[in-house]
Amino acid sequence: MSPKSHSRPVAKRQPRAPIFAALGDETRLLLLAKLSGGQPYSISQLTAGSKLTRQAITKHLRVLERVRIVRCVRAGRERRFEFDPQPIEEMKRYLDSVSQQWDQALSRLKSFVED
Amino acid sequence: MNNCIEKKIELKAPLSRVWRALTDYREFGQWFRVKVDGPFVPGEISRGQVTYPGYEHLQWEVVVQKMEPERLFSFTWHPYAVDPEKDYSKETPTLVEFGLEKIANGTLLVVTESGFDKIPSDRRPEAFRMNDGGWTEQMKNIENYVTQKS
Repeated sequence: MSPKSHSRPVAKRQPRAPIFAALGDETRLLLLAKLSGGQPYSISQLTAGSKLTRQAITKHLRVLERVRIVRCVRAGRERRFEFDPQPIEEMKRYLDSVSQQWDQALSRLKSFVED
Repeated sequence: MNNCIEKKIELKAPLSRVWRALTDYREFGQWFRVKVDGPFVPGEISRGQVTYPGYEHLQWEVVVQKMEPERLFSFTWHPYAVDPEKDYSKETPTLVEFGLEKIANGTLLVVTESGFDKIPSDRRPEAFRMNDGGWTEQMKNIENYVTQKS
């Protein structure tokens, strides 16, 4: 895989659906569980103790990288992957705001039909 | 965190009253704060102008899905599309369902909004497919990870 620039700044309005979708996989959640400690891991470290091949792990990391939950950092010749919680936090804030809008709309509906 | 929003509210009004407030476009517009152009018809687009103070510049658009009298009203839309510069039509819409149920002193209204996890099929390679079920659980896991970290 070519070493493209993996350090683009996080876009302000990243589409959310792909993030949800990227999280919908057991292996990727396990990878995130490891990475969420905050420490970057190399692919070898992530493959150790796993039944999956290096290639399979790489593929999953790419999916997470594409939605910017995980980013690739270079330490000399070695690539390491680290967790970026920001997109998930943004997604949670987004759902919270939609939820609040519904609370407000429904309380208006309540006074509307009960009056 | 969940990929579906669900709200339950008990309304001290009969089914027929709640149904009208939901499906008569003028009544809907009053509490939802949107001036809808015309009646809701299943399968058709409804457009209008937001009347919520501060957001009057926004267009409102839904596709009405189901209208089962006094039972279910549903539409798809782009949830709270508040940026007029942005083209929301490329995002997958979510499904909003209003389910009605008669209860002792009125009506139980259950609102769900789902589909936050959907992505267009042309961008859905095998790797992106979600495994069945357990989604809510997984989202909780993720949330735990995140909160542990912060």
